[in-house]
Amino acid sequence: MTDHALALTASQAAAAIGRGELDPGQLFDLYRSRAAGERLGAFTWVAEAAPAAATGGALGGVPLAVKDLFCTEGVPSQSGSRILEGYRPPYTATVVERLARAGAPLLGKTNQDEFAMGSSNENSAFGPVLNPWDQTRVPGGSSGGSAAAVAGGLAPWALGTDTGGSIRQPAALCGIVGLKPTYGAASRYGMIAFASSLDQAGPLTRDVTDAALLLSHMVGEPDPRDCTSLRFPEPIVMPSRTDLRGLRLGVPAELSGEGIEPGVLAAFEATLEVARALGADVEPCALPHAPHALAAYYVLAPAECSSNLARFDGVRFGYRSPDAADLLAMYESTRHDGFGAEVKRRIMLGTFALSSGYYDAYYGRAQRVRTKIATDFAAAFERFDFVVMPTSPCVAFELGAKTADPYAMYANDFLAVPASLAGIPAMSIPNGFAAPPGGGTPLPVGFQLAGPAFSENRMLDAAFALEQALGFDGSSIRA
Amino acid sequence: MNVAYEPVIGLEIHVQLKTRTKMFCGCELSFGEPPNTRTCPVCLGLPGALPVANARAIHFALMIGLALGCEIADRSIFHRKNYFYPDLPKGYQISQYDEPICRGGDLAGVRLHRVHLEEDAAKLIHIGESGRIHGSEQSVVDFNRGGTPLVEIVTEPELHSPEQAREWLTLLRATLRSLGVSDVNMEEGSLRADANVSLRPAGSSELGRKTELKNMNSFRFLERGIAAEINRQQAVLSAGGKIEQETLHFDPATGAITSLRSKEEAQDYRYFPEPDLVPIATTAQMLADAAAELGELPSARAERFVNEYGLAGESAHVLAFRGELGDYFEAAVAGAGSANAQQVANWMTQLVARIGDEDPAQSRVAPPALAALVAMVAERKVSAAAAREVLDELVARGGEPAAIVAQRGLGALEGEDGDLAGTVERAIAADPSAAERIRGGNDKAIGALIGAVMRETRGRADGAEVTRLIREQLGL
Repeated sequence: MTDHALALTASQAAAAIGRGELDPGQLFDLYRSRAAGERLGAFTWVAEAAPAAATGGALGGVPLAVKDLFCTEGVPSQSGSRILEGYRPPYTATVVERLARAGAPLLGKTNQDEFAMGSSNENSAFGPVLNPWDQTRVPGGSSGGSAAAVAGGLAPWALGTDTGGSIRQPAALCGIVGLKPTYGAASRYGMIAFASSLDQAGPLTRDVTDAALLLSHMVGEPDPRDCTSLRFPEPIVMPSRTDLRGLRLGVPAELSGEGIEPGVLAAFEATLEVARALGADVEPCALPHAPHALAAYYVLAPAECSSNLARFDGVRFGYRSPDAADLLAMYESTRHDGFGAEVKRRIMLGTFALSSGYYDAYYGRAQRVRTKIATDFAAAFERFDFVVMPTSPCVAFELGAKTADPYAMYANDFLAVPASLAGIPAMSIPNGFAAPPGGGTPLPVGFQLAGPAFSENRMLDAAFALEQALGFDGSSIRA
Repeated sequence: MNVAYEPVIGLEIHVQLKTRTKMFCGCELSFGEPPNTRTCPVCLGLPGALPVANARAIHFALMIGLALGCEIADRSIFHRKNYFYPDLPKGYQISQYDEPICRGGDLAGVRLHRVHLEEDAAKLIHIGESGRIHGSEQSVVDFNRGGTPLVEIVTEPELHSPEQAREWLTLLRATLRSLGVSDVNMEEGSLRADANVSLRPAGSSELGRKTELKNMNSFRFLERGIAAEINRQQAVLSAGGKIEQETLHFDPATGAITSLRSKEEAQDYRYFPEPDLVPIATTAQMLADAAAELGELPSARAERFVNEYGLAGESAHVLAFRGELGDYFEAAVAGAGSANAQQVANWMTQLVARIGDEDPAQSRVAPPALAALVAMVAERKVSAAAAREVLDELVARGGEPAAIVAQRGLGALEGEDGDLAGTVERAIAADPSAAERIRGGNDKAIGALIGAVMRETRGRADGAEVTRLIREQLGL
């Protein structure tokens, strides 16, 4: 039973439960014991037992790993931060609640970069996460725990969040599927915010079908508690397409050459050939402002985070410095001790960018760049169904390789942030392996598709066709 | 040489809206409930919670904007005003900045700068002798008030005296009260005013450097605080000093003005558009709904009092600008008859002199009682002096004027019944020198004789009738 159940994707497991061939309690126990005994640092909390009552619902009871930053009632929700150590919220995030109701009970909370700020999962207050493909390497971030848990067979599927690539990049580095929905498609209520205008919840799964299944229960009617959430115009359907005939794929020169490892580029080119073989029309396209996306992102996201993280002041919840003499000292030492270095760096960047006299030069200009990037994509989508590019410029790098150089770390995101700034859906699917620059065992590579707002169904269909043709197999590391 | 200075005053008024729920969450507004019982993840600023704007508060803001003749924005947005304080759970206040819901407007000739929506802070309680955060043993926070919807109304600096500021604020309060959007109670904090005060040489059109006087919690304190600040600035300028731009606190108990913070300590609020909220798009339907609920505004009501009841302009203003007086007036006129409207207004002045700021409808003097008293005076059934005594009794213990008159024997003495003529005759006989002086053309001397008659009749005699009888008996 164990090997058989572990080999099933989440959708296959849900179907097996539906047919009475698989007991959801046993499935939960299987993953619960794997998660409790794991050595990747992927989980920060694991459920003690399966939910008492059968969860039922369309998802049948297939357990779900949830990124730490989703509030879960009575369960530690720490966003990878010392300042929230042991914090147990009094309520549950809307998407987690919707998924639980649909039959995906909470398996555990997954490790992440502190407040989702990072691309390697080395910024967690609770230790780094290791890449299951090579435990000397990072899983990517910030949803690194979720990605490692799914890739390593510690969870059937997982929930992550993506602000500037935090679902797609770790999915790529761990050889799984990661999808960032259209901004507003999934409720943000109960997600501990990093950058409100960019944060989106999305699935990290073994395959495209699982991503579609999980997504189908995350979106739909807008959440009355999140006024930026939107009604998804159609139901998410299970992908079934086996060719790409009639599809036009645009390859932006700005995001498919410079700054990308040769192995990653080779895998990308090979996938474009597969797409052509499936009938797609693959042409170059232009996103002229994309080279400025990273700079704009690293103004806007820190600006928002400097305000979003002001509530961690030691007054009402979380860590409070025990030895402060007065209010100002309490604020200062609470935040000094409670936040990690990267979080403090971004708070300072953002505070500066919003300061009187600098606002227009930084925040104002970054917003204008953001508009230009959205306009670039809109122009591209007049000619193309999707824009495609690699997800990450590199394969998984070694722990500690970039921690001393913030800019090198930020540069990991340059292929992911344009879609984030434009608010459009984008997903990563594993499209092969590439050796790291210094040589060594080949590691997974991700292929990224970005489409117009609410094009998730068509995007999943295209990704499904590619997935079938590519035949990526990640089963070896789930054993 | 003494330079004459002209004060220039602008007001910033915060109005707590009387919605059922808070500005950005579903918690009901609090009226003295136990601390922290009207809270939720949103108004506590818990991680992950998101605001959703209260449609009713937006509706009220539109009503206020229409009532004040503002230009209503088709699209307005919320901003975050960032600063740390324990009464501000998110570390920022959601407010409006450069795209407020209303701009411009005018009330009684004073132009408005803007009207915008925001959320109230929580309430800090400092335990210990200091009563302030510095030096307190402990400070605790009650989040019940946190997130209450506020409208901020900012005037242009167009007021020029403490009295004018007070009177204008009274009119604003009446206007807001007539809209039914707020309790507008200064003592309870549902109406709060800050004043910007500066002086300039009389005749100059440039603005001097201003100070901001915070949170004066009654109309009297507002007037006194502004007056004290004008005096302070005048003294500084007359001594050749300069006014510092600073935020000040007026202590009504001592009359002292102390500095809260200087310009150097002024905070950089790092305003930026609130990404958790969508813009307010004001539709034609929303405007129509707000307009339909406006009702009669105080300035229109004052005009109607003049036209419909023939009131003097001053009386009409006094009654219309304090809405509860206007309501009481109309109820009393219904009993006394329109012909007596001005008399009702005059007697209400007497009533207000006795009950002060209290709502007359809450006093022991029911409108029909006042109406009955006015009618009795008009029909000369009771003298004015006796009627004042009846009013004292009504204010103290309530009741019916006719019953009080009968019980106390305060009914008017008729001129024709020889009794009053006899009393006058005795008074003249008792004070021949007064009679002589009156005959000699000294009209003031008649007061002594009238006083004697009134003493004799315990005020029941009609003053005009007594005068007539004295002059008749003296052959004048």
